[in-house]
Amino acid sequence: MNTGKRLMQKSLHIDPGKCTGCLQCEMACSLDNEGAFNPAKSRIKVFDFHAEGRFVPYTCTQCAEAWCMKACPVDAISVDTLTGAKVVSDALCVGCKVCTIACPFGTINYNQTTGKVLKCDLCGGDPECAKACPTSAITFIDADWTGLERMRDWASKTDSGTRAEA
Amino acid sequence: MAWARKLLRVDLTKGTCTSEPLNMDWAQRYLGQRGLATKYLTEEIDPKVDPLSPDNKLIMTTGPLTGTCASTAGRYSVVTKGALTGAIACSNSGGFFGNEMKNAGWDMIIFEGKSAKPVYLFVQDDKAELLDAGEFWGTSVWDTEENIKKKHQDPMIRVASIGVSGEKGVKFACVVNDMHRAAGRSGVGTVMGSKNLKAVAIRGTLGVKVKDIGAFMTATANGKAILAENAVTGQGLPTYGTQVLMNVINEVGALPTRNHRDVQFEGAGDISAEKMHEKRASDGKSNLITNGACFGCTIACGRISQIERTHYTVVDRPQYQKASGGLEYEAAWALGAATGVDDIDALTFANFICNEQGYDPITFGATVGAAMELFETGAITTKETGGIELKFGNTKALTELAEQTGRGEGFGAEIGLGSKRLCEKYGHPEMSMSVKGQEFPAYDSRGIQGMGLAYATSNRGACHLRGYTVASEILGIPEKTDPLATEGKAGLVKAFQDATAAFDSAGLCIFTSFAWTLEDVAPQLDSACEGEWSVEKLLEVGERIWNLERQFNLAAGFTGKDDNLPARLLKDAAKSGPAEGKVNGLGEMLPEYYQLRGWTTEGVPSNQTVERLGL
Repeated sequence: MNTGKRLMQKSLHIDPGKCTGCLQCEMACSLDNEGAFNPAKSRIKVFDFHAEGRFVPYTCTQCAEAWCMKACPVDAISVDTLTGAKVVSDALCVGCKVCTIACPFGTINYNQTTGKVLKCDLCGGDPECAKACPTSAITFIDADWTGLERMRDWASKTDSGTRAEA
Repeated sequence: MAWARKLLRVDLTKGTCTSEPLNMDWAQRYLGQRGLATKYLTEEIDPKVDPLSPDNKLIMTTGPLTGTCASTAGRYSVVTKGALTGAIACSNSGGFFGNEMKNAGWDMIIFEGKSAKPVYLFVQDDKAELLDAGEFWGTSVWDTEENIKKKHQDPMIRVASIGVSGEKGVKFACVVNDMHRAAGRSGVGTVMGSKNLKAVAIRGTLGVKVKDIGAFMTATANGKAILAENAVTGQGLPTYGTQVLMNVINEVGALPTRNHRDVQFEGAGDISAEKMHEKRASDGKSNLITNGACFGCTIACGRISQIERTHYTVVDRPQYQKASGGLEYEAAWALGAATGVDDIDALTFANFICNEQGYDPITFGATVGAAMELFETGAITTKETGGIELKFGNTKALTELAEQTGRGEGFGAEIGLGSKRLCEKYGHPEMSMSVKGQEFPAYDSRGIQGMGLAYATSNRGACHLRGYTVASEILGIPEKTDPLATEGKAGLVKAFQDATAAFDSAGLCIFTSFAWTLEDVAPQLDSACEGEWSVEKLLEVGERIWNLERQFNLAAGFTGKDDNLPARLLKDAAKSGPAEGKVNGLGEMLPEYYQLRGWTTEGVPSNQTVERLGL
């Protein structure tokens, strides 16, 4: 896929170490998509690994070659060319759930109220979850450099002994 | 909007679940949660009822903001006549249970009667049924929660349950949800146990809507910004939790120590927030693993802790080697300073047991402290304690009694009476550090004078969460007052009590009030709820709730004479620190307080007051 001519593509980037498990992301997601505060209908989920004291938000990473999209027998999943998001068309989706089997990460799920599948669509390029996160555990950043902040953190710890000796 | 406008009535005697419309006239006058449930309770039960009889009722209740994105809006309360106190009880909890109840479409659940055998309530949106709890009875909160989720094959169910202590009638049992969040005080879990109700399990998928979503998002965003910028809610609480107070309160000489015999604890540093952050020499890890939030909370003061694996309490006991809910200030104080124990991992273990078996660490720790004084003065001996050398500072005695109390066995069953009944039993009622049968929390009213009045007049017995003048007297919120002075404290206590009743009825956490005033709350409520919600209206609602609770207690048999403190705080001067030589000046504050409340000199709301508040 040639992405060279597009505007800078952005990705949701999740840093579980900053997550407190407050679920503001789930509320923001459900409000935007369902018109109500309803974590049960959120496309992003926060997992509480209680025994380890860890909270981990998880959602679709928008695979470049998306298993869900390839598996869909009715071509109901397409690429939003502006954002790179894989988007489900409710008009086309027949609720067969083949995509939910194909997705290796479990981030596309069936909604029995509508008979369609739900997945993150990046809110058309301005994800509500990232805006709602009070600790910046979820950010929406340059897709090519999601590792930049972590690189910077490690870079700052890199020993400069050799230079001092030179 | 905001309110689900519906309540679930569960008759445990008949085994029925019925839906009723919420009384929206009352909602306009009592808001929700604490206020509205108190209105229902006071209308439906005889105030003189035995708290443990089937005629008492127990209400689980959300506020109108519960389940919305307002910061901290995941709260629920358990309202009943308290088993510990015989007074109105309202215990507030965070976690994720309250929002699940609201998402299932219920503002409150009223439990009445008593089931013939152990049951649990299972709610899936508008479907509710009582199911047999035989397999969970006799098991802990932790096991009950895990096994209910397994049984229904749904890890997203939220559970509030009682542990073995609540089944066995420990007078200060809690209702615990989400493993370690608790409706903690006054024995609300004991009432639940008396009804043979083991747990409430809820899955809610209906969603919560508000009146004006645009205005609501602006109001809640403003509120969140204020919390983030405030030093207490933006930095102190997320970093150190409520434990940020341990060294502060010790320094001002208001840390009750060894059953209030001292006001400063030499081991305070060893049981403080700073200690929880400290990396151990043995394994390079700290007691504190991370902070954690309740539903929707942008403060995230919760502590998640792990005990050192070689500590005597957890060797060969893997279930306690995992991370779980750690020490908050009140628990660390009660388990530590009140008993003279300074081993942070032992306190963490005792706290784990409190969560696992569902009982209040404040009353537990304070009662162990009282029992230690009984022991040291010879009023009880190893004969009564089953061989435990119950001296102040005995770490192993504390952790052994935590386990016994959790099972309601041995001397733990006597600790389970609470300090008032225990000290009366052994002929020393003066050694119980309590008001209306409920033990003090972690502030000595000789060093923080306003808290003496707040404790004496609290409608649920001694409590810091009914009027936290510590905020003003120590932290300077909203403005600094002299902690050693009694002047002006009557007005301060009344203002805190009324505002707190409004916060507690909204679905919000009272910790927001470190940064928010009702000026910040009103726009959030006004944009979410039908009706107009101004600061003035909220203050009136708060005052109305306070008086309604007071009327219930008076009808239950309490009088102005119960607005009192133990003689120790009124006659024995503080021995050290800034308050050295001081006693609490309750007598200087109480008459003015009655006057400001519009109560008679006997502490009864005057006819004029009753009429003004429309009671």
